[in-house]
Amino acid sequence: MEWSAEGLIIGVRKHGETSLILETMVPGRGRCFGLVRGGRSRKQAAALQPGNSALLTWRARLEDHLGLFTAEVTTMRAAVLIADRTRLYLSQMLADHLRLLPERDPHDTLLEAVLMLLDEHFDDAELGVELARFELYLLEELGFGLDLETCAVTGVHENLTHVSPKSGRAVCAEEAEPYKDRLLRLPRFLTADVPPEPGDVAAAFVLTGHFLDRHVWTARQIEPPATRDWLTMKLTGGL
Amino acid sequence: MANPSGGPEIEQLIQLLSRLPGLGPRSGRRAVLHLIKKKEQLMIPLAAALDRAVEAVKVCGTCGNVDTVSPCTICADPRRAESGLLIVVEDVADLWALERAGIGPVRYHVLGGVLSPLDGVGPDDISIDALIARAPEYREIVIGVNATVEGQTTAHYITDRLAGSGVKITRLAHGVPVGGELDYLDEGTLSQALKARTSF
Repeated sequence: MEWSAEGLIIGVRKHGETSLILETMVPGRGRCFGLVRGGRSRKQAAALQPGNSALLTWRARLEDHLGLFTAEVTTMRAAVLIADRTRLYLSQMLADHLRLLPERDPHDTLLEAVLMLLDEHFDDAELGVELARFELYLLEELGFGLDLETCAVTGVHENLTHVSPKSGRAVCAEEAEPYKDRLLRLPRFLTADVPPEPGDVAAAFVLTGHFLDRHVWTARQIEPPATRDWLTMKLTGGL
Repeated sequence: MANPSGGPEIEQLIQLLSRLPGLGPRSGRRAVLHLIKKKEQLMIPLAAALDRAVEAVKVCGTCGNVDTVSPCTICADPRRAESGLLIVVEDVADLWALERAGIGPVRYHVLGGVLSPLDGVGPDDISIDALIARAPEYREIVIGVNATVEGQTTAHYITDRLAGSGVKITRLAHGVPVGGELDYLDEGTLSQALKARTSF
């Protein structure tokens, strides 16, 4: 078995004294692992860092095997990420999010979104918007997409302002009014191409965080990414 | 199957030595044969030294260094307290590397790893709480973790936790290594080296 493609390195694990196990996200193939012999050498270790992209060649006798990677780095982002705390935390959080996906299951749109988030130089407000949209799309790709198009009570498509924390379905303003304190706020920028209003990005992170916790982190008994709290505070002006 | 390496004692010795860094089954076998040949000069003193080390080696309760006393000789040295400088490192090998470099009378704190979601290492798995407790005793804390993505994420996390302690927090410089050639360096490292330039 053999394939070659350019992929994003999302994790690196030491293996023995000289080798590394590389966790990558590859277009058309999804999250793929492979052993890099000699990956801990001075020359290779600096290049094989999370956040960098590499031209990968994977070889194995059977498809189920871990396989061997040879990697030639094509885009070096790690040093730039290390220099900027927000982007460093962002890269770690995105890698943690991609790690929620099953192995060898392609999610090319998510990968494109991650590369866009890593490469574009957004300011904090723009990054908050893009990251909240990414988490919403991640939920959908994981099979827990929210229904934000139609009111769960009346069936209308306009003036949707809240989301039920149980069903993940939108609720219109009139129906939401008596239960506002028990519902999650639905910022308009998540459903329409409009700029966020004050407090919207924070509300969006509360919304996506609630459903990621409910469907993924708690269900799988894993901790939320350690970087998410700081990053969401920073991007919503809380720091 | 016949045992090609002698009795079970010898086979066990080969297996144990094979697990050491830099050794495999073949080199483990060679080492055992060498020890057997040099029984008086090597094997018996080695066994005695291992026995003494097992009894004596302790992990320092203050900094996490390995020594035969706790607190270790570095923590017990009063001259090192005067500098008010604490260097935070990932593991004991890093501490020993800095000591070999002769950087002066400083004290250390060994984290015992870095935050690594892939390996399931979280803040509670490394020695961060002990560092927070020690911080007020020092004038400056240097975060000396590796310049890797995981190392620097840990550095930022520690900086967050130390915020409000009133201690100056610094980190090791990133840039061109001694013997490094500019055209082999990546753009990010070059950019950081330029930002951290010093007067000549």
